[in-house]
Amino acid sequence: MAETPCSDLSKAEEILGRYPQEEPALIQVLQDVHRAYNYLPCDVLERVAEALEVPLAKVFSVSTFYKAFSLEPQGDTIVKVCTGTACHIRGAGQLVEELERQLGVGPDETTEDFKFTVKTVNCVGACAMAPLVIVGEKYFGSAKPARVSKYLTEGGADEN
Amino acid sequence: MRIESRDQFEALRKQSLEIETNRKQQVLVCCGTGCLASGSKEVAEAFADEIAKRSIDATVDLFVKSTGCHGFCERGPLVVLNPQGILYTKVKAGRVEEIVEKTLVGGEVIPGLLYKDPVSGERVEQYEEVPFYRHQVRVAMRNIGRIDPTDILDAIAQGSYSGVAKVLFEMSPHEVIGEVATSGQRGRGGAGFNTARKWQSCKDAPGERCYVLCNGDEGDPGAFKDRSIMEGDPHSVLEGMIIGAYAVQANEGWIYVRDEYPLAVVNLTIAIREARKYGLLGENIMGSGFDFDIKISRGGGAFVCGESSALMRSLEGKTGEPRAKYVHSTDKGLFDLPTVLNNVETWAGIGAIIERGGAWFASMGTERSKGTKAFSLVGKVKNTGLIELPMGTTLRHIIYDIGGGILKDRPFKAVQTGGPSGGCVPEELLDLPVDYEELTEAGSMMGSGGMIVMDDRTCMVDVSRFFLAFLEEESCGKCTPCREGLKQMLHVYGRIIAGKGQAGDLELIEKLAAGMQLGSLCELGKSAPNPVLSTLRYFRSEYEAHISDHACPAGVCRELTAFEIVEDGCDGCHLCYKACPVDAITGVVKELHVIDHEACISCGACLDVCPTDTIRTFPKHELEKAEVV
Repeated sequence: MAETPCSDLSKAEEILGRYPQEEPALIQVLQDVHRAYNYLPCDVLERVAEALEVPLAKVFSVSTFYKAFSLEPQGDTIVKVCTGTACHIRGAGQLVEELERQLGVGPDETTEDFKFTVKTVNCVGACAMAPLVIVGEKYFGSAKPARVSKYLTEGGADEN
Repeated sequence: MRIESRDQFEALRKQSLEIETNRKQQVLVCCGTGCLASGSKEVAEAFADEIAKRSIDATVDLFVKSTGCHGFCERGPLVVLNPQGILYTKVKAGRVEEIVEKTLVGGEVIPGLLYKDPVSGERVEQYEEVPFYRHQVRVAMRNIGRIDPTDILDAIAQGSYSGVAKVLFEMSPHEVIGEVATSGQRGRGGAGFNTARKWQSCKDAPGERCYVLCNGDEGDPGAFKDRSIMEGDPHSVLEGMIIGAYAVQANEGWIYVRDEYPLAVVNLTIAIREARKYGLLGENIMGSGFDFDIKISRGGGAFVCGESSALMRSLEGKTGEPRAKYVHSTDKGLFDLPTVLNNVETWAGIGAIIERGGAWFASMGTERSKGTKAFSLVGKVKNTGLIELPMGTTLRHIIYDIGGGILKDRPFKAVQTGGPSGGCVPEELLDLPVDYEELTEAGSMMGSGGMIVMDDRTCMVDVSRFFLAFLEEESCGKCTPCREGLKQMLHVYGRIIAGKGQAGDLELIEKLAAGMQLGSLCELGKSAPNPVLSTLRYFRSEYEAHISDHACPAGVCRELTAFEIVEDGCDGCHLCYKACPVDAITGVVKELHVIDHEACISCGACLDVCPTDTIRTFPKHELEKAEVV
């Protein structure tokens, strides 16, 4: 894996300090690591495995099992298109396509400038507003393909 | 601050209730995920600013409360004015000054902000009179929209934790289980297992200690009742869990919340912190000598973790793979110790059952399914949102009386219940009374209460394929029937929607489905064929049209569908021109528009925006035929 050789491990140490050093803490630790680094860097995973006394293979297995984790660096802003049932029948697919046209990347891909990562999520539980696009922390309900560029500007601006 | 006795609790409740009743004017602003997305935070802030500005006006003792989800998310942001009982919908921050001036000070109703009934066309002033609310009976959702979820005193004023006081000081664990048994309550997560029986098994199981868990991993797409409860009334969940813990004598509990529900995590965290501060959680609750504490665990975004044994593995820090069900989690659950796992809605109902009695709860509902049930009513229906109704209510009543009928008055085709494990119920079964058994007999499932209404523009083959794709992605891969069965089924569906379906494909799908039902390890795999089988049962002709006629009757499957604008209907409004993502539509305003079939990608965006309904779909192969001629 092409990876910057060293991550700043101090953030990881700080996170590990908050939890008991045992296996049940693994997912919580990985969630915090993901938030701090915006992905799960390999060398941090090695450190987590060592600290929690869990085999690295197991850490890797958990890291790849759950959708919330990414082993690749993510863009500054995550763009999520809800593709739950209600959004699906109200045209979520068209939103994914429009994003692909605008950003040049499909689901689970990141733009070259690392500004945006596109993701599809299986229902965010706001079905009454279907279809939904979430840019950063901002929810856009009754989303329309024609407004996608507006969502990207508004939501992306909030992040910075 | 810390409550040391029952008397202290009752005093605190009385005091909180007095503050509540003494407020002359209340403004309730819904701050659930739906309304927040429509800008309700700004509305609440605008009200607060407006009050600050008018603080000299002693006649209006304004109090603004940010509440949880009222359920009517589509009309958000929602504002309720009490004691008048007025509901304003789609309120923007810019209109707050006008509301304060006209309604609160002047006592005048602003008609433009009232809800307009899509059936009668009339404006409805009172919250209680809006058809969406009028038919509901709220038990699990009793306090949502009425309390500020971040204010524990507000919740206590409305009766939260009174059930805890009652069980700790008046009832034995055995009596608590007895009361829940009388209520007949069954699990609200989908399977419908009897709550009291589950608790009793856990209590009887040997083990040095036991655990109480709350399943807030609401993964079914189209369902959001648990999100609304955790966001809007986290105290009802905590109360239920404390009562359950007392019944089985557990001292530790976890709430497993979906990663996609950030606001639920925030509000639950605040609620737990507040409850600890008041001595309602932790050691020696209300001075009774009973200890119980709750932790929150955020899920990792895996659908299968909603399955009980997978959820417990995930709590242990492992991958969420289910295990075979001959081991009951009430015997060997979390860390192989006896464990009670109940759904958010189940826990939320417990406090009310204890307070008002099991018999009261059992007086509602049907013979085998007691009480009320929360549903999220979404899809192609006019009033979308969250509702709670007695079991046994018919689908027709839900969709037409509460939901207001189908969007744009199009024909109803089916309602999908139970998420990816459920099925599609057709029009001829609209009078079906909704309970666990009736839905199962119809080939569907209660699931977590999602109801997705579909109209004639929904292709049942496409919907089934959607669920298969969802499940294929979410299958944990541990057992072969589920992992491979879904993959192969999806393969066959892929060729059907591409117009390359073969004779015998439907039989092949049914064969694969039977294998998965028989051989899968957990319910995810066993129930995965439900959407497929129910659509095959009720909408077989639609499948056959795809295979033998190479046509998608609903005009959804892209490779089979072409679009054209009907000449004498188009008024040249130009909306389709703007909506087309690939510029395949030509035409100028007020003149007939034309679709270029070469450029068209059959996405249907034009059809969705056309106000005159003059865009028609037809099978794509007719285009080729026309070219040959």
